[in-house]
Amino acid sequence: MSNSLTKKKIDSATIISAVIVLCLYVAVFIAEQFIPATSMLFTVLKKGATYALVAVSMNLCNGFTGIFSLGQAGFMLIGAYVYGIFTIPLAARMDVYQYYNGGLVQFVLPWFIAMILGGLAAAFFAFLIGLPVLRLKSDYLAIATLGFAEIIRALFQWDKLGPVTNGSNMLRLFPTFNDFNVRGAEGQVTVYLSTLVPLLIAGVCIGVIILLINSTFGRALKAIRDDEIAAEAMGIRLASHKRLAFCISSFFAGVGGAMLAMYQTTVQAKSFTTAMTYEILLIVVIGGIGSVTGSCISSFLFVAASEWWLRFLDQKQMIGNFEVPLLRNGFRLVVFSIIIMIVVLFFRQGIMGTKELPDLIRNWQRKGKGKEATSK
Amino acid sequence: MWNTVFPYILSGISVGGQYALIAIGYTMVYGILRLINFAHGDVFMVAGIIMVYMAASGVPLWLCIPLVLVLTALIGFVIERVAYKPLRTAPRMSAMISAIGVSYTLQNLVLYITGGLNQIYPTIPWISDSVTIFGATTKMVTIITPFLTIILVVALVMLINHTKIGMAMRAVSRDFETSQLMGIKINSVISMTFVIGTFLAGVASVLYFTNYTTVIQTSGAMPGLKAFVAAVFGGIGSIPGAVVGAFIIGIAENIIKGLDIILFKAGILSGPVGLATFSDAFTFALLIIILAVKPTGLFGEKTTDKV
Amino acid sequence: MSENVLHIDHLTMRFGGVVAVNDLSMDINKGEIVALIGPNGAGKTTAFNMITGVYTPTEGKVMLNGQDVTGKRPDEITKLGVARTFQNIRLFSSMTVFDNVLTARHLRRTSNFLTATFRLNAVEERKMRADTEALLREVDLFDLKDEMAISLPYGKQRLLEIARALSTQPKLLLLDEPAAGMNPQETEELGAFIKQIKDKFNLTVFLIEHHMNLVMGISDRIYVIDFGKQIAQGTPAEVQNNPAVIAAYLGVDEEEGVQ
Repeated sequence: MSNSLTKKKIDSATIISAVIVLCLYVAVFIAEQFIPATSMLFTVLKKGATYALVAVSMNLCNGFTGIFSLGQAGFMLIGAYVYGIFTIPLAARMDVYQYYNGGLVQFVLPWFIAMILGGLAAAFFAFLIGLPVLRLKSDYLAIATLGFAEIIRALFQWDKLGPVTNGSNMLRLFPTFNDFNVRGAEGQVTVYLSTLVPLLIAGVCIGVIILLINSTFGRALKAIRDDEIAAEAMGIRLASHKRLAFCISSFFAGVGGAMLAMYQTTVQAKSFTTAMTYEILLIVVIGGIGSVTGSCISSFLFVAASEWWLRFLDQKQMIGNFEVPLLRNGFRLVVFSIIIMIVVLFFRQGIMGTKELPDLIRNWQRKGKGKEATSK
Repeated sequence: MWNTVFPYILSGISVGGQYALIAIGYTMVYGILRLINFAHGDVFMVAGIIMVYMAASGVPLWLCIPLVLVLTALIGFVIERVAYKPLRTAPRMSAMISAIGVSYTLQNLVLYITGGLNQIYPTIPWISDSVTIFGATTKMVTIITPFLTIILVVALVMLINHTKIGMAMRAVSRDFETSQLMGIKINSVISMTFVIGTFLAGVASVLYFTNYTTVIQTSGAMPGLKAFVAAVFGGIGSIPGAVVGAFIIGIAENIIKGLDIILFKAGILSGPVGLATFSDAFTFALLIIILAVKPTGLFGEKTTDKV
Repeated sequence: MSENVLHIDHLTMRFGGVVAVNDLSMDINKGEIVALIGPNGAGKTTAFNMITGVYTPTEGKVMLNGQDVTGKRPDEITKLGVARTFQNIRLFSSMTVFDNVLTARHLRRTSNFLTATFRLNAVEERKMRADTEALLREVDLFDLKDEMAISLPYGKQRLLEIARALSTQPKLLLLDEPAAGMNPQETEELGAFIKQIKDKFNLTVFLIEHHMNLVMGISDRIYVIDFGKQIAQGTPAEVQNNPAVIAAYLGVDEEEGVQ
């Protein structure tokens, strides 16, 4: 008994969870080889993986530490731009930076390095902005981070920075998810990896976040969320821990931004709007503030619903001769908004509350045992 | 020099007045509920859309304006009852998320109704007329906005200082629980706050969109945020503070819009550097500086947490 | 035995025009149990908040083991060996009993966030968990370790707050009304408990309390304040017979005080 406590136990529920996740990866790998690459399924998985990472990173800040930050779009923008700027092939630079004489950056980094660099850049900006704003109370912090994202958006569109950022023009022709496919001698795809790799990147990043949350630092962050004054009285330095959560969250938002760039194949500062941050926040809320599992599930559901399942709401539908009323462009988003308001007002716990996948499995195990006991 | 700068200052004062009217809604709601009503800017935008559709359906303009104001106030009332009241005892983050949800809903509803196209705002006679003042040509609305703003603010301050409901509002913003114990009808005070706030946002929308002539679902976001910054700048909860903050922000952002030209004519710049890009960003930079240096704003009061 | 642990020197705290604590000085020596009493609103908790760094005193100094800690942050002061409980219980509400106590050991870590995230601190983590377990057994909360902290009955929550404070490895323990809301029997048990942990963990205890039986029963010395000013000090017997105290405190508040 005492042994199982002192060494935090890796119980069967954790192992089962890991197996489930592994099976999902295998299933995606197999599906990718046999289902045509144009299937909506893969679009959803790719974008879903990106959003899942960003949502979990936001949850680390807003859900686990209680820092209500609305700067997510800004940090994603930084990650996306850094990735794009350093990975556009030299041959394509003249074409992309056509108004800036090929641009200033004249070297190329491997995609992986550029992605990490994107994350680091975002974390660096988070550090700078964190100095003044992390001392603020929740609602001021929200508006200050929102404002920061707007400043970043303006800065990256500034004509004078054009040689680096391409001004208000888009960055393109950098490596995308499709470049992860292994190609044969004639350029035909031999092994499809364009969905698996983004899922792996997101998976590894989310895994690191989970490790952090379950470490002694994660407990300190939760303590700050629960009661700042008590946490400080227990010797937890608020400023450094908040900054830590904010910077790590931003690092992964930056990596998520790089993934978004790969998914979209182009990057333009003006698309990283406040609305994007709101969307991610709402994903977090629907999944459950304080649940990594919830954020992941909710990301895939959100993307699947908006890109795939609810698309029909945006088009006229005929049942026989009867035209279903209300359906036209934009109706999907109205339905979405209503669902979100219902969750916010009546199901404040979201899908998962603060529970994780292993917690669910433990519950089932307990119920199963309970049934056995009663049947005997 | 003056001829170059003056038009920018003029439109700055005008847009500042419009921000002021929006900012009052933020500052009053925050004063009472400690809630950033993220949907306030969108209510302002919806007021513009209602005007567009009402005018298009043939309602005479003189009737449109009061109807729009009443409808806008009604929307404010309904939003509070539906989206904020149920969360009054919930953690503050919940109410803020709900406000963001309302903002998202309003924008999407308008997107659906308008199809995401720019809607042309009806031309209101007289205030849309061009006038020339000190050599600068502008619309009449630019001239009357600051005056109308001041009149409305004075009326509001009198309402708050000299009427029973105003006294109740002050009491509630000072101490929510005690006011409740003292028998103040908290719900009607809060509703009244929302009604006044959205009514003024409705007035602002008439002035603002007459100037900018088009409305789209995102039209409210930026003015809303800037008005909020103005409210923080002036010290949230303080109405005069919000008004002063709004005028400062309005003027500053318009000067930045023309800064390239102004500096060029003054001989400081040799060519355009695109500083206008930062006219929005400036507001937020100002916000961050203010929050870092004096978080309570120009006219705010310091509070101490009880342990 | 008379090694000085806490010395507060002419402390004054003003909030706007209100003087919450006025020119307060006291000394607490190693191994003592000292009580701070006074009517409601006398400034007792404010004094605690100045000692623990929540408030920076308007005037005066706080010396801890001879070191000036005035103006230091609460977490720094806790690291120097001062732990506290709160008058209105402030547990980490989303955590279990075990995690509440474990989290309070975070400040003694040697790992940084990278080594902790990638589990390079396994030895330390195991030690933290073992210590937490031992501590929970010590205070008789081990059977409840997996319960959520806020689901405990009130008396157990108070106990858990003390356990959490002990987990920071303090030398000086500050208890803010530890017996509030307890019945006479629980209060009596608490008194014995405080003495027991004092010896066990080699502590000095400074407490604010309204239950006079508890205060008189366990304190070596008592300070009495009213309107932020010290009006008496001495052994329980001296204080009980002090006319100023009787007038200001025991006389008016007897019903509540001597339960």
